[in-house]
Amino acid sequence: MNSSPVISDAVVSPGDVSRDITSDVASDAAVRCREQSAVLRIGEDDGERLEAEASANDTTMIMNMGPQHPSTHGVLRLMLEMEGETVLRSKPVIGYLHTGMEKTAETLTYLQGPTNVTRMDYAAPLFGELAFSLATEALLGLDLPPRAIWIRMLMCELNRISSHLLFQATNGMDIGAVSMMIYGWREREETLRLLETITGLRMNHNYIRPGGVAADLPDGWRDEVLGLIDKLPARLEEFDALLTGQPIYRERLQGVGVINSAECLALGVTGPILRSTGYAWDLRRDMPYLAYEKLDFDVVVGTYGDCFDRYAIRLNEIRESIRIVAQILDQMPAGDYRVQDKKVTPPPRVRIDESMEALIHHFKIFTEGFKVPAGEVYAAVESPRGELGCYMVSDGSGVPYRMHIRGPSFVNLQTLPHLMRGGMIADAVAVISSVDPIMGEVDR
Amino acid sequence: MSDSVLHVPRDQLIETVSRLRSEGYVSAMDVTAVDYLEHPVRGDLSDEITAERFELVVTLISYEARTRIRLRVQVPADDPVVPTLFDLYPGTEALEREVADMFGIIFEGHPDPTRILMPPDWQGHPLRKDFSVGCIPVQFKATR
Repeated sequence: MNSSPVISDAVVSPGDVSRDITSDVASDAAVRCREQSAVLRIGEDDGERLEAEASANDTTMIMNMGPQHPSTHGVLRLMLEMEGETVLRSKPVIGYLHTGMEKTAETLTYLQGPTNVTRMDYAAPLFGELAFSLATEALLGLDLPPRAIWIRMLMCELNRISSHLLFQATNGMDIGAVSMMIYGWREREETLRLLETITGLRMNHNYIRPGGVAADLPDGWRDEVLGLIDKLPARLEEFDALLTGQPIYRERLQGVGVINSAECLALGVTGPILRSTGYAWDLRRDMPYLAYEKLDFDVVVGTYGDCFDRYAIRLNEIRESIRIVAQILDQMPAGDYRVQDKKVTPPPRVRIDESMEALIHHFKIFTEGFKVPAGEVYAAVESPRGELGCYMVSDGSGVPYRMHIRGPSFVNLQTLPHLMRGGMIADAVAVISSVDPIMGEVDR
Repeated sequence: MSDSVLHVPRDQLIETVSRLRSEGYVSAMDVTAVDYLEHPVRGDLSDEITAERFELVVTLISYEARTRIRLRVQVPADDPVVPTLFDLYPGTEALEREVADMFGIIFEGHPDPTRILMPPDWQGHPLRKDFSVGCIPVQFKATR
């Protein structure tokens, strides 16, 4: 067992910590990932057949886990090659939640688009909306008013808090710390209540839209946000007391599901999994979007790349997000919450009652939508799970010609066989939990 | 957001990507495709490039230089085969399976060329533009 750091050392990067992975090292990792053959490459229906063909003295067996299993975070199915209780190779089988959302996107206008992408990563819906909106705005060549940008950052950080709180809850539950589930859920619900006050909905907000946000912040928002960020730090201390120092919890997580930076790069992994290996990469700091370059925050990195580091990183990222929210409260500019471009923005509600033209304008924007110049663009944001990218192609009409979401969960899921290999079946549950996949985003 | 775009012929894809990887593009972020069946004329293609029905789009990232580069590869409809990037970036495995599943583009040398999102016995490739929404009889195994 590794001796992992206590939470206070699972630290915060001062500046550019190790980003010295050369391409040679990365390519060695590429070879290793391939040669190690952690991935079980058989067809979805072949498990039973192989099982039947196996000779009597064969010591391995193929076991199926999921898709309806409480620890697989929805409908993830795993085919595991077992030797006793040890996992050898495995294959994640996905697609049970596939509803063709990228196909659907080709029939929805740019204003309807966020209602679609918000349902992909349902634990962090605002990030999907943000990536979609940034891509659309890049094609339109829009410059947003400062208040819209800062409202977006505020909402995204609150959403990051709620998403990581959900992780704390489910991670605790998966490991067997069931009381953690109640506490994580309680704190998340308070965050969602705040999001509901601002957007009108707990989840699937459709709040961030091309051109700005759907509505200005409501009266009294500042006190509500302050109330939350005053309350949360003490609750996080409770999490520390309940889990971080607890011997059973640490035994279950430390040294389990270890991955290194080079393997992460080879597999295209981003987010807390990449940072848990000590690789300080966060799009908010390294390729800033919105106005993150004006904020002071730290990128939390781990040391060992194990399940415990990933837990500690997410817990500390909540603290960083609270720091960011406090700065946003101080700096929130006044002004428009959406761009005043008549092509994109519907007229204010009051104008509709007094002006026929405003009514027609409103009707046209919400039925036909607005036309976006032909072109293609890739916009990426740092979601709680990693790089969430939106690749959008426009043919000049009112609906996207092609809309593709690069879901971090989808790519991160490929680490599962590598993290599980050689571990116990009970640790497989800890590994799935620490990767924190959201199946809505995996299957789209 | 102003990523550089590179148009690469199909037979030079592996060569170009290995060169880029040695230049610091250590990670493949995204592999996707577009079916340009209904929108064959693209203003952003230069004259030397013949526009084909499919376009493979590969996004690479350099953490060192903090840049992304997007490779666009024209793939003809009558021969939709491209070499796999799996040997260079193992992380493209699932992304390529998705493209193969959704567009019917074959990745030569891919270790697991099975469907990833659709059922294994599904007919057709949903994200192709000639695959319409809502006109396909629902395929259930049990009714067969």
